Amino acid sequence: MDIPYTVEARPDTGLYNAKVGIWLFLASEVMLFGGLFSAYILLRVGAEPGTWPHGWQNIVLGTVNTVVLALSAITTLMAWVACKVREFGKFKFFHACTLLLALTFLCIKAVEYSEHLNHYEIILTDGRIADGDMVSNDPAQDHVVIKGRVLEAKDENKLYDLRAQKDIPESEITIQRSQIAQMDNYGPWHNTYLALYFTLTGLHALHICGGSIVIGYLWGPGRKLWKKDPERFTNRVEVSGLFWHFVDLVWIFLFPVLYLT
Amino acid sequence: MSESHPTTAAAAGAPETHDHPVDFNSYMRRCAIIFGCVLIAVALMIWTSYLPEDPFSWAKKVAIILVIASCNAFIVAGYLMHLLSERKMVYTILGFTVSFVIGLFALTIYAMNDFPRNTVIH
Repeated sequence: MDIPYTVEARPDTGLYNAKVGIWLFLASEVMLFGGLFSAYILLRVGAEPGTWPHGWQNIVLGTVNTVVLALSAITTLMAWVACKVREFGKFKFFHACTLLLALTFLCIKAVEYSEHLNHYEIILTDGRIADGDMVSNDPAQDHVVIKGRVLEAKDENKLYDLRAQKDIPESEITIQRSQIAQMDNYGPWHNTYLALYFTLTGLHALHICGGSIVIGYLWGPGRKLWKKDPERFTNRVEVSGLFWHFVDLVWIFLFPVLYLT
Repeated sequence: MSESHPTTAAAAGAPETHDHPVDFNSYMRRCAIIFGCVLIAVALMIWTSYLPEDPFSWAKKVAIILVIASCNAFIVAGYLMHLLSERKMVYTILGFTVSFVIGLFALTIYAMNDFPRNTVIH
């Protein structure tokens, strides 16, 4: 039995069914990310002045990722165009580029996550705060070593704006374990901002993974359909491309909101 | 079946889902322009974020950055997702989505000042 309207447009919608389906799915995705963005706005606007983190993200890596994702959106579109003009070799090339760019994006994201997870805030027993990247945290030793700075308790707010502190030199600091009152890294449990950062970017990275699996399938085992029904295959490429562009659109807003504001 | 035919979709006899034939080279040019626009938008956003605090308050900078991001999103959605030349059905779906998103954000803003009676605000 043939599935209807996989290639030709349905008379009432003017579109083939998969395209209607992907737009409905994208509408639900807009609501998903919209809910998280509104949560971010609510918490950001509700925060006391000077208590919301600023400059905690690596803007260079974020910018590179933005360019990588924008480029992958272009290669996805060109893969569809290549199918349209029946240039299967070019399709394979452009979709391979998309996959490589997706992998690059995820690798850079992993580097960013590891930077956060290796960054520690240590509250000392005398109330001072040590903040910086962990250099040594061997449980067998009675001390930890971080590369960062030590602040007085009254200067805690300075930690929220790391961009303003970029001129302050960092040094290696050895702290005895007996001096540590509390120690935790900049994971999602650290504060509200990081919880939102990891939730939003983690969900976005999951979408990148999902999109990569679909694109990988079309590039690999799924390309058998090209020989049987090229137009239907082209439509599949278009639908996967629409999803990929949506993922790019989400990042277009995530980057300024989380990295620049 | 040959895997490669250097021609347009219309010439290849493929069913057209768009009103105009697809031309590979014109798409390449269009993509290069779009990519350039995206790069400019990203550069502008970063530059704006480093503007001095004195004349540009945080709220002003956020507003400028979000306007640039919206322009960037319009380019991607309009040209890469072909939203500028889509069918009415897609616009209908998006119309509903936009109204729900506006409602979601409006409820969020409303909730910011919606405290129970006798709440003490510090």
